Amino acid sequence: MWNYEKRLQYPIKITQTNPKIAQIIISQFGGPDGELAASMRYLSQRYTMPYKEVTGILTDIGTEELAHMEMICAIVYQLTKDLTPEEIEKSGFGTYYVDHTLALWPQAASGAPWTATYFQSKGDPITDLHEDMAAEQKARTTYDNILRLVKDPEICEPIRFLREREIVHYQRFGESLRIVQEKLDSKNFYAINPEFDTHQDCGCR
Amino acid sequence: MNKQPGKKERLNYINQVSFVVDDVKLYLDTHPCDKEALSYFQEYSRLRNQALKEYASYYGPLTVDTADSSCSDRWNWVNDPWPWQEGGC
Repeated sequence: MWNYEKRLQYPIKITQTNPKIAQIIISQFGGPDGELAASMRYLSQRYTMPYKEVTGILTDIGTEELAHMEMICAIVYQLTKDLTPEEIEKSGFGTYYVDHTLALWPQAASGAPWTATYFQSKGDPITDLHEDMAAEQKARTTYDNILRLVKDPEICEPIRFLREREIVHYQRFGESLRIVQEKLDSKNFYAINPEFDTHQDCGCR
Repeated sequence: MNKQPGKKERLNYINQVSFVVDDVKLYLDTHPCDKEALSYFQEYSRLRNQALKEYASYYGPLTVDTADSSCSDRWNWVNDPWPWQEGGC
């Protein structure tokens, strides 16, 4: 189960609205490399993970991603708070506004809705950890792309914090992959799938 | 005499010690036998719990476990601002 903590992982206080930038940053809520997909990926993969350290890291990083999703939503919320119809029209925010008013809804910057097809839960620890490491790098690139477009330090600082966390998570997933490989046949990591073949003879050795 | 920290200072402190706990927790998941990291975790976990309790007694709870630390006869959980709102955390 989960408990809610009534604070953001890193404080966000944006005093100047900017619906143009909000439409870019919302991609890290519901886009292909966003925080919602990240959290769902790790929290889905953990159930069949046979190694306790890796189950722990998937649970704890998956939980931290929920806090990151909340930070992104707080940024978008504050960037679009109290917009007037004129500001909405002028900024190009109208295409979002017409369907969601000023509410938060998980979509990519392009408008594509969030989908579970943004991630995989493959049921093989080597495969899933490679996906997880790639996901952290893709999210890091997205934050780098956002930082090239944003000048307001009130937005940049929390975005830089989130970017840093991608690098730390990548490191922890790399260590997790090493832990998995140390437990497998060093001559052939692919001899068995430890999420499936442990209770039956797969005949694949 | 030392001035008592205000709401903002207390919250900044909670954010800092909580970040240590969050970050070392991930490190410990993949390095469960690192004694130095473990004592670092224990120290900051204690500071965090203490700070959350103190914060709750002055400004209302941030967690359900400290909801009984706020000396009040009403339920303040819904009363205090949410973290994305103005005046929130």
